[in-house]
Amino acid sequence: MIEIRFHGRGGQGAVVASKVLAVAFFHEGLYVQSFPAFGVERRGAPVMAFLRVDPEPIQLRVNIYEPDHIIVLDPTLIAAVDVTSGLKPNGWVLINSAHPPKTFQTLKGYRIATIDATSIAIRNGLGSRTNPIVNTAILGAFSKVSGLVGVDSIALSIREEVPGKKNENAKAAREAYNEVKY
Amino acid sequence: MRRVITGNQAVAYGVILSRVDVVSAYPITPQTTIVEELSELIASGRLKTRFLKVESEHSAMAALIGASTGGVRTFTATSSHGLAYMHEMLHWASGARLPIVLVNVNRAIGPPWNIWGDQSDSVSQRDTGWIQLYCENNQEVLDTILQAYLIAETVRLPVMVVLDAFVLSHTAEPVEIPSIEEADSLLPPFCPDYPIDTQEPRSYSVITTPDYFLEFRYKVQKAMEEVPEVAKKVDDEFRSRFGRSYGAIERYGKKEAELLLMTSGTVTSTSRIVIKKLMEKGLSVAGIKIKRFRPFPSEEICEVIQGAKKIAVIDRNLSAGVGGIFAQELRASLYSREERPQVFGFVSGLGGRDITPALIEEAVQYTVEHPQPEGDILWLGLKK
Repeated sequence: MIEIRFHGRGGQGAVVASKVLAVAFFHEGLYVQSFPAFGVERRGAPVMAFLRVDPEPIQLRVNIYEPDHIIVLDPTLIAAVDVTSGLKPNGWVLINSAHPPKTFQTLKGYRIATIDATSIAIRNGLGSRTNPIVNTAILGAFSKVSGLVGVDSIALSIREEVPGKKNENAKAAREAYNEVKY
Repeated sequence: MRRVITGNQAVAYGVILSRVDVVSAYPITPQTTIVEELSELIASGRLKTRFLKVESEHSAMAALIGASTGGVRTFTATSSHGLAYMHEMLHWASGARLPIVLVNVNRAIGPPWNIWGDQSDSVSQRDTGWIQLYCENNQEVLDTILQAYLIAETVRLPVMVVLDAFVLSHTAEPVEIPSIEEADSLLPPFCPDYPIDTQEPRSYSVITTPDYFLEFRYKVQKAMEEVPEVAKKVDDEFRSRFGRSYGAIERYGKKEAELLLMTSGTVTSTSRIVIKKLMEKGLSVAGIKIKRFRPFPSEEICEVIQGAKKIAVIDRNLSAGVGGIFAQELRASLYSREERPQVFGFVSGLGGRDITPALIEEAVQYTVEHPQPEGDILWLGLKK
């Protein structure tokens, strides 16, 4: 079983990212379970979303406490919340940031990858300059660094699950796949 | 078609495939997305169902009582305080013998304010004359709604389909969605016995004197007694068409086990992992899933507990002054038997606290180590 935790801010689309990634794995013949942090959400406040993936039907129905990998949609969250809480040793920490991975050396014991999903979103016209939609681009980067799911499956899932700008979102994911630093 | 959908979306698919004529509902977390999904489909014209907007859950059920009396298929969904607010009308729906289907997304009742999973809302409606069916995963949610209409319209009693807040309602997983043709072949159109007809006027639910009231309630009880057989037929028919079935209860794990673990809702799903692990360690243990809470499956349970010395029950609900309600019902079912296993009544996970594999294992270990429980309520995971 692979367990992934998303960190974002309310309104950034962490829950949608978890669902899109779930459907991508589903297209590759795997069982998935995608859920938000159970509770109330406020725009801008730290939020989490979760994903389980397994070749067998998933019977475990509890929160994810010790994820294998984490995906951080907003780098300012690293100073605000303990994003690596419970993260398994050697897990991937994929961060939306224009800076290289070595900037985040304080996160010891994990593999760090960075992707400038914000710039990719802006140049593809996703969201606005002040509120770019980064949740699809970052999944392309996850495909590349983790090697767990194909970028074609992610593009297919984006087309099915994202309500608008399907081509632009899929293109952003492919660009992130090529540009991720790790 | 196989899709990754949430429990609440599975509910909406169930309603669409059942060709419901009238929906009336009032939004409440965590049920809200059911109503959102259905009202969007109706507003856009893609679903030819009438949506009656109301100012409360009490009115939602009252509206459906009117619609169902009129002779059409009806649906509502609610949670927690919403269900409590419906209470008076729940009695009316069953007394009037109306086959309304209600989805309740289990949520704690405040105070203190809490929006998370807890069965106290639905189990405290156990005496309202509704059939109650609890679900373990999103597939079962969709399938149970289709089955619920068949059962309700056969015995003429309303059905409550119950799913856990968030753990199912907001969790997306793969679900096989039958086609509308497949659903139609299972579920024929609703044929009411006495629909409202202006050409043939009748009175409904008029005042009934002590000379007859007892007989009306006797008939409700007789209808409840038909449920096990009717529900089994429906489930068999469902299996023959879709290859899936659920039963009133399900026993899993070791064939002849000394210790049984009884659960309902999503706790069963996690318990399957624990039971498997403990069996591999050599423990004589099996699980019992309770799907049908009303009518309570006493006979079905007694058929599968031969040889068991102890039954551990995990209740995600509390009747203050007594304990967990499933444990209480089990004790009542066992009383008239000669062979009565010890019942260990654990209460856990109220207000949405996780019932983890470690907690479930703790309950089983306690039951293994103690000849008798140290009280009627065994608190599991309580912070002291």
